[in-house]
Amino acid sequence: MLCQECRRHEATIHIVKNVNGKQSELNLCESCARKKDELDFSFEPQFSLHKLFSSMLNQGLYGNREEMLADEKKCPSCSLTFAQFGQVGRLGCSDCVPAFEDKLKPLLKRIHGGSVHTGKVPEKARERVNILRELDQLKDELQEKVQNEEFEKAAQLRDRIREIEQDINRKNAETEDVDHNQEGEEH
Amino acid sequence: MKQLEFNLSRWMVGSGPENDIVISSRVRAARNLQNHPFPCLASGDETEQVLNKIKSATEGKAGFSDFQYLLMDQFSEIERQALVEKHLISLFLARDAKHGALLLRPDEDVSLMINEEDHLRIQAILPGLQLEEAWSEAGKLDDILESELEYAFDEKYGYLTACPTNIGTGLRASVMMHLPALVMTSQINRYLGALSQVGLMVRGLYGEGTEIIGNLAQVSNQVTLGQSEEEIVTNLSSVVCQVIEQEQNARQALLDKKRDELSDKAWRALGLLKHARIMGFQEAIQHISDLRLGHDLGLIKEVDQRLLNELLVLVRPGCLQLMARKKLSNREKNLERPVRVREALDRHFA
Repeated sequence: MLCQECRRHEATIHIVKNVNGKQSELNLCESCARKKDELDFSFEPQFSLHKLFSSMLNQGLYGNREEMLADEKKCPSCSLTFAQFGQVGRLGCSDCVPAFEDKLKPLLKRIHGGSVHTGKVPEKARERVNILRELDQLKDELQEKVQNEEFEKAAQLRDRIREIEQDINRKNAETEDVDHNQEGEEH
Repeated sequence: MKQLEFNLSRWMVGSGPENDIVISSRVRAARNLQNHPFPCLASGDETEQVLNKIKSATEGKAGFSDFQYLLMDQFSEIERQALVEKHLISLFLARDAKHGALLLRPDEDVSLMINEEDHLRIQAILPGLQLEEAWSEAGKLDDILESELEYAFDEKYGYLTACPTNIGTGLRASVMMHLPALVMTSQINRYLGALSQVGLMVRGLYGEGTEIIGNLAQVSNQVTLGQSEEEIVTNLSSVVCQVIEQEQNARQALLDKKRDELSDKAWRALGLLKHARIMGFQEAIQHISDLRLGHDLGLIKEVDQRLLNELLVLVRPGCLQLMARKKLSNREKNLERPVRVREALDRHFA
């Protein structure tokens, strides 16, 4: 359909107005619509990024779009399927990231370049994140020492890593216990 | 209920570093609450719960004592549009949010959007190039909120957001720049094209994918994961400084060669703004840009930054209708615009 105003460009914007029950339709190309100020509201970026995701997802993770839409993996908390995410480009809750991690990871890497958060951490999570960040650093160092055949230093690093990991596991077990106890009280 | 009045935010009336080229700096941090579905999937009850949680987390807190609590439902479509045009809320909050709300400090430097695409969007907007300061303002509110609320935070992926483009820091920093000389000398596309290669995004006043009108361009970061907030803000600032330098060079070159033409252009723009009786939005924005350039180059001393910023906002359709207190057709807007522009000019020249 051609634009009603300029009759030159394809009409991509269709405006249906309903004034006191009287309906009128306007079919415009983007530039005419802008001129008419019909797009008054368009001050913020109109993110077409979710469309971009679907195409990224299509190309990277699935053979084709149909395959993606057939993926029925669900988030256990909000029941969003990965196929639905592919269509709307929005995650449903904070559990979606762990649920779809294997598929989101390459997508995040493509959008951001990086795939690990290095910025601000809420006070409540700080201690734990600092430990994990230290652990990552030690593991990197360990690799380096092994490559350089500095085995004595590598052994020290390995012991320190083990120590930290055991500490984390112990703390995890403790919080799980607390969670269970709390659940028990509620029921 | 009290109607929203048209007033000027501090980013319009205040001044800041590099104010001749950078109009404003803005940061916003996206945050969500643990154990609550994100707004796009949430039911009305669930968004209401989130609203109440955030409301009680801010009520009576020192950092929020003078904030106004504004529900989107209490506003007319026109009032919401005017808030969008002042960059205080997003289009999403204005149009699509369920139980959307705004917490606004009286100077309008900082605001909190509730139930936008994410549960919380903490925003700070300051005049001139002040990205570090804006992040520091927003960060302070974030610190208060994180002690009261359980944020959705992942040790590996950082702050979890509805859209994967915000995951990590959740931070979007952006700068509104006035670049008339780069546009006039046709260099703009070269510079702005290069920005996308360093992880930045350029948009026109009207948002992504739109052409630059009124010589205004918004530059913002695209990456939120893998860089710290400080890195994001410093990277953007340093790139913006380079664009400023290019714009300054182009302005100097224009001034050397076309001083009289630029002066003529600025004075004509002022003449049209003073005397025209019908004026469209794009035309108005272009005149304001010409006048601003004349002012920045010292060719026209009769106007100032505050007036130019005021004009830049009041010519927008939502603000016009807010002042007229009624919905206007496009023709009526084009008639109303010169009236409001003249009022502002009269106040200034009085």
